[in-house]
Amino acid sequence: MHKRRNMLKYMGAGLVLSAGLAMPAISQAADMPGVTDTEIKLGNIAPYSGPASAYSTIAKTISAYFDKVNEEGGINGRKINFLSYDDGYSPPKAVEQARKLVESDEVLLIFQSLGTPSNSAIEKYMNMKKVPQLLVATGATKFGNPKEAPWTMGWQPNYQSEGIIYGRWITSEMPDAKIAVMYQNDDFGKDVLAGLKAGLGDKAGSMIVAEASYEVAEPVVDSQVVKLKASGADVFINIATPKFAAQAIKKAHEIGWEATQIVANVSTSVAAVLTPAGLDASTGVISTGYLKDMQDPQWADDPAKKDWEAFMDKYYPDGNKASNFTVYGYSVAQTMVHILTQAGDDLTRENVLKQAASMKDVTLPLFLPGMAMNTSETDYFPIEQMQLMKFNGERWENFGEVISGEVGG
Amino acid sequence: MSVNTTTTGESQAAEQQGISLPAPAAATGNAKIMRTAGIILLAIGVAAPFLSGNFLIFQLTMMMIYAIAILGLNILTGINGQFSLGHGAFYAVGAYTAAIMMDQFGVGYLWTLPMAGIICFVVGFLFGLPALRLEGVYLALATFALAVVTPQLFKLTPFEHWTSGVMGIVISKPEAPFGLPLNPDQWLYFLTFAVGLVAYVCARNLVGSRTGRALMAIRDNPIAARSMGVNTALFKSLAFGVSALYTGVAGALGAIVVQYISPDSFHFALSVALVVGLVVGGVGWLPGALFGGAFIMFVPNIAEELSKGLSGAVYGVIMILMMYAIPTGLGGLLKAALGALSKRSMTR
Repeated sequence: MHKRRNMLKYMGAGLVLSAGLAMPAISQAADMPGVTDTEIKLGNIAPYSGPASAYSTIAKTISAYFDKVNEEGGINGRKINFLSYDDGYSPPKAVEQARKLVESDEVLLIFQSLGTPSNSAIEKYMNMKKVPQLLVATGATKFGNPKEAPWTMGWQPNYQSEGIIYGRWITSEMPDAKIAVMYQNDDFGKDVLAGLKAGLGDKAGSMIVAEASYEVAEPVVDSQVVKLKASGADVFINIATPKFAAQAIKKAHEIGWEATQIVANVSTSVAAVLTPAGLDASTGVISTGYLKDMQDPQWADDPAKKDWEAFMDKYYPDGNKASNFTVYGYSVAQTMVHILTQAGDDLTRENVLKQAASMKDVTLPLFLPGMAMNTSETDYFPIEQMQLMKFNGERWENFGEVISGEVGG
Repeated sequence: MSVNTTTTGESQAAEQQGISLPAPAAATGNAKIMRTAGIILLAIGVAAPFLSGNFLIFQLTMMMIYAIAILGLNILTGINGQFSLGHGAFYAVGAYTAAIMMDQFGVGYLWTLPMAGIICFVVGFLFGLPALRLEGVYLALATFALAVVTPQLFKLTPFEHWTSGVMGIVISKPEAPFGLPLNPDQWLYFLTFAVGLVAYVCARNLVGSRTGRALMAIRDNPIAARSMGVNTALFKSLAFGVSALYTGVAGALGAIVVQYISPDSFHFALSVALVVGLVVGGVGWLPGALFGGAFIMFVPNIAEELSKGLSGAVYGVIMILMMYAIPTGLGGLLKAALGALSKRSMTR
């Protein structure tokens, strides 16, 4: 009997405790959640575990960059408290973590939550709660829709923009091209394809002579490549994720298809795509980029590269300097710092969102020269420009002008 | 020999049965304790949403949803002795049933629950028919395949019109009906609480019934069961169906509470998590499902608090320690504790 009463007591205590935890902290100003005179609380959701855990490098880089910012005095005297939680790339878990960040940790905003599924899962919640979901880590075009979801904004060039850029380049450089497209049958593949058609404009119907899609579940894409070659196309657009992109480049080389090959930006890793496909087979492949490739010797003496290296050595010594993710994380963290600095002392959610949606020609040190971020209340795509690049057998070389791929523009 | 088998079978049954089978001697005291614990738990369950923040309510709701799914798995594995590593698939089918009905046909969310249950019962029953030929690890493997295949199916183009492929389906959160003074989180909590309660009572009655005894007989000695006139094929398939029904209803609730589903929501890790919850709660002990749900809901978070990079490893270590300390799950621990208690009171 005695025992039972004790247990009740503990349970009661536990409940009271948890209720207390869930109560909002009273000390902060009511209209600036997550902000005190000395601190700004930012939330983040990243896959530290599970199938996509390689991407967690981005969040780790961001965290390291905020350490640097804090050590240098913070933003207008406020230190950034970066709360990053694991969702294992699982949408239900992402919802749980987002609710934890918003309701229990009371963050100012959620920044760089990663993955199309996870961001789709929390988008409605964030907009209902009117908490900014800024600079999300996915290129899906749907995360730039100020009418339906005014609190959600992307960062990296969206997939449609990328497609538009390929389309525009082809119409200006090879107006008589016969194009064959292979695409992954999901939102990513369809987004890029839609952009490509928009970029080609009226001639899309006549220029694209063949299309073939594949499912992520398929083991190989050889038959698609063979079928596309048979169409007699002289441009092969390879909208695939790394494994399939590598297979397609290899197969096209094996069957002696002498076409101009374009591969999507997600599959430009030399280590993960071009090397397995064969460096020989990959020579001459074209893609797009927006960040400086730190392996590229042309940036060897670039002061921005030296800053980045100093940052990596001091704050993220375990990080892989050869990984694009660290360049990405560094740059996106700088964008966040820019937005918060712009907001000044008025760190309400409304004002931070307003600052995010009023970037004018903001450039970052690791952007390719000539690139800038622009947003407005009706344009929620910060980066819409890219530069083409060609693989020379060792590394990517940028060529041509920076091309704009503004959606609907 | 045969006598031996039956006795071990019986004692095993009683052991795994926990409270449902009246154990001889000193059982009345135990039953009293269990009943009081149940009432206390019920009171806490009703009071909780008024004492905690919305986030905790959401977590508790998810915990109960997992508990319902584990309850379903328990009927199959704990009571009927068939292994399944594929219950994530039934959970997914239930979730998609609810989401598609609400999204495409504008059906009220309450009506999706019975529908999800019926569809999952049929799917589970049909899957149970070929699975009859498989036993133990082979059945586990077949069901595992089901768990791997199902999320892929939802991505396929022919179904895309309904499932929206990898983009997933977004669902609106229902408000409390009849002007009840509850916010949506509290309302969903009580809805889940009620469904969970009904599910538990039904499961208890099922286990205590003739059918339940037949199911357990099949688990303990299929040959004896058959010779006593139990239609093993039918009952095994039925167990699959009922189990899938429970898990499907849980899936539908999960979709409504999370407000979003996509194929990535039902990675096969979900199936494994359900098995973990089953084992931790106690195989064959129905109330253990609640504890199992709590385990798979909260322990990964605790692991993440301890170490972000190694959260998976920490989770694994906690699980190993758990299995080392209480190899039979919470159900086994309670049973042993109560056994010791009643022994003491008997000698006194």
